[in-house]
Amino acid sequence: MVIEALVFYVFAAIAVLCGVMVISARNPVHSVLYLILAFFNAAGLFVLQGAEFLAMLLVIVYVGAVAVLFLFVVMMLDVDVKKLRSGVVRYMGIGMTLGAVLFAEMVVAIGYWYFTPEKLGIPEKVSATPAISDAHNTEALGNLIYTNYVYLFQGAGMVLLVAMVGAIVLTLREREGVKRQRIAKQVAQPSAEEVKVVKVQTGGGI
Amino acid sequence: MEIGIAHYLTVAAALFSLGLAGIFLNRKNVIIIMMSVELMLLAVNINLVTFSAHLQDLVGQVFAMFVLTVAAAEAAIGLAILVVYYRNRASIAVDDIHTMKG
Repeated sequence: MVIEALVFYVFAAIAVLCGVMVISARNPVHSVLYLILAFFNAAGLFVLQGAEFLAMLLVIVYVGAVAVLFLFVVMMLDVDVKKLRSGVVRYMGIGMTLGAVLFAEMVVAIGYWYFTPEKLGIPEKVSATPAISDAHNTEALGNLIYTNYVYLFQGAGMVLLVAMVGAIVLTLREREGVKRQRIAKQVAQPSAEEVKVVKVQTGGGI
Repeated sequence: MEIGIAHYLTVAAALFSLGLAGIFLNRKNVIIIMMSVELMLLAVNINLVTFSAHLQDLVGQVFAMFVLTVAAAEAAIGLAILVVYYRNRASIAVDDIHTMKG
């Protein structure tokens, strides 16, 4: 119990600190790196709650793909950081106030609530979490998404497909004056005009 | 010391508020705004997983997975739009966007 509390507080503290650094770092590259660390710590919190599959998904999909995509874009665009940060002081007051008010409201809201399945009146579930001895988290999730939620799962795949096609369509551009291999033209070239057999005289050359 | 549902929800609330504050703080930098949105989605995911774990119901984790999917798609499209915008304007300052027409 003590170890669990200790681990929770370490993960939570680092995650929140990283959140602060993401929005306050001067360099966008540092922001992305802090975002990655925040995701790692959130994955730690997931593991602590027994959601191992989502934790691994967060590390692989987020740190492996999305955060690296951010890193690519930040490094590819040559951004003038000083100019972009000129409004920070002006918006500091309202931003911090809104964030603090929202946080206080949420803490007050969750502080007075007590959640249990019985109290919320949740009826018999088809999707109850099985005991850890019966099925692992990944297996249980798989049993659920490939049966009850298979259409939603396919829909999520379609969302990703559309996003992929959209991103390619948006960023693809045809440049002028680029030399490319045109295989169809190469194959269609008639050999009769291009190849000719020459009888070379010994010692003569062409 | 018992770590209960309120602890996790407080962490998620803090991350969500930080994301909101980040959107206001970095009004000009679209990249940081998108990172703030990612932070808010992460907070939502922490909430979903927390409730899923404490109510013994796996649907929360399934939903968190779909939130992850949508967040990944959103990041890809957003960054693509950002790259196209940078190609046209040679800057990513958001307050120039109102000059775009059509």
